[in-house]
Amino acid sequence: MGAIYRREMGAFFTSGVAYVFLSVFFLLSGIFFFNGVIASGTTETSALFSSMFIVVLFLIPILTMKLMSEEKKNRTDQGLLTAPIGLWSIVLGKYLAALTLFIIAESIVFVYSIILAYLGDVVWSTLLGNYFAMLFLGAAFIAVGLFISSLTENQMAAAVASMLVLFVLYLFDSLSANINSELIKKIMASLSFYSRYLEFTQGVFNLSSIVFFLSVAFLFNFFTVRVLDKRRWG
Amino acid sequence: MIEVKHLIKRYGDKQAVNDISFKVEKGEILGFLGPNGAGKSTTMNMLTGYISSTSGQILINGVDILEDPIKAKANIGYLPEIPPLYVDMTVDAYLGFMYDLKKCKLSRKAHLKEVCDLCKLSGVRNRLIRNLSKGYKQRVGLAQALINNPPVLILDEPTVGLDPNQIIEIRTLIKKLGKNHTVILSSHILQEIQAVCDRIIIINKGVVAADGTADEIASKLTNEHKMTVRIEGDTHTADDKNKIVDALKSIDGVKYVRADMEREKGIYDFDVETDGETDVRRAINRMCTENGWNILMLQLSDMTLEDIFIKITMGDDLRRNDSKSNKKKAPKIKLNVKDGELVAEADDEKPAENNDKKEEGGEE
Repeated sequence: MGAIYRREMGAFFTSGVAYVFLSVFFLLSGIFFFNGVIASGTTETSALFSSMFIVVLFLIPILTMKLMSEEKKNRTDQGLLTAPIGLWSIVLGKYLAALTLFIIAESIVFVYSIILAYLGDVVWSTLLGNYFAMLFLGAAFIAVGLFISSLTENQMAAAVASMLVLFVLYLFDSLSANINSELIKKIMASLSFYSRYLEFTQGVFNLSSIVFFLSVAFLFNFFTVRVLDKRRWG
Repeated sequence: MIEVKHLIKRYGDKQAVNDISFKVEKGEILGFLGPNGAGKSTTMNMLTGYISSTSGQILINGVDILEDPIKAKANIGYLPEIPPLYVDMTVDAYLGFMYDLKKCKLSRKAHLKEVCDLCKLSGVRNRLIRNLSKGYKQRVGLAQALINNPPVLILDEPTVGLDPNQIIEIRTLIKKLGKNHTVILSSHILQEIQAVCDRIIIINKGVVAADGTADEIASKLTNEHKMTVRIEGDTHTADDKNKIVDALKSIDGVKYVRADMEREKGIYDFDVETDGETDVRRAINRMCTENGWNILMLQLSDMTLEDIFIKITMGDDLRRNDSKSNKKKAPKIKLNVKDGELVAEADDEKPAENNDKKEEGGEE
């Protein structure tokens, strides 16, 4: 796992994906920070975090698109799958590398909080709550992106499909409002990443939502392992 | 070292590998020979655990590859048909990655240096793999297979796309490695297999068509004997040629005679094929004495590996020889009974494939 993790971290930077991801993340979060926090004359960071949902949604597929698809396309998966390691090590190595880069990106909020600390009192509890909410959200999204990347050899297809899937999940909220069936409504609401995430930004620390995000992360990593395993039987 | 029992791989309706069994002992260099699509790569991918078999068993060092894949894979170094290289890494970084991936316990610096020296990579260790030539890439692929010094090396067409000098280098290297590794090597280049391997398995249409050394396969597979005779007639003209052909044809056991070129002035060579059961050399000698001719040369031309290969993969007369050799000579090698089907099935695409093979082989 360690070897794959280190290689993926290196590849993020040599391929330039890391720079694109980090600079776009920093730029957009900076804009939201200025608009939603500084210009509004508040030290309340929830506005920043709720705006970042959609940014994370579109940026994470860029992080995950190559992870599996490139291996298959370049036949380097043959090296991994014939090495004396388990499938979970392969998947988790890649997963954790992407998660690490995401954590680096979102940790920019601590820079913002230092700026805020100069201007007024920072509400650290909401800031940390939001920080972890975004961390869990990213953990779930990365697993979904990684899984979709394992389904194709084409990294662009992986990116577009991941964005689409995540965006549809985001639309669940507005969709469920127009559905009559209570049951479907309930299912859709419980699958809504956005409303769960929004709860955190409003200062509600909901354990079931944390369990939800972590379960999604586990489930999709498990699916990715199954995809790799199934390929052997093809 | 490696034991394969009744290996079968099906892709939907297509049977890629159909009941292959063989054993490879420690320190043996085994060559897999077969036309494209014969099932060589599929078999190798199953041996290395990249794909699973539909049924059958593979034991690497006594460990079942499906039951304990991690332990079995630790014994194997694999060079797939397309080397699994990350082109955006330097040679050093990539080999370091493989070193970590295989959880190698040997001294890192010394081991990487040893592998690089062995594969003659020392000069390019800091270059990006992307910028290396095909030959170097192939060597990097071989180097990653050698990392952690696995007792079994499985090399899928290791010399494909290399120039003649590089081919010789890699072959020499493989021979060297064969002294303390068990090597399985696939190729459709006949000379290569003949030059490097101790033992050959010919795979055709997913079955083992022959198994043994080149000589064994040659002698078991065919009872036909070909020879070239140079006979000096009494008049030194073309008349001689026709007379001698007629005389040779009249000998018992001779199936086919063809007059070859005029090798010396007025003297011709004759290709003689016998039925394989009669030794006609004495009869030829007697015939010449009676007619006052002189035998200047008599050479038995055994089948080359190339002849065997074409014979097996095109199914030429295989059924007849096969059954004969099985009954009469009780061969050490296994000749699969299913070979009979090969003959019947020999279809249109086969000859084309074999021509390709011949051409590629000829370039070497």
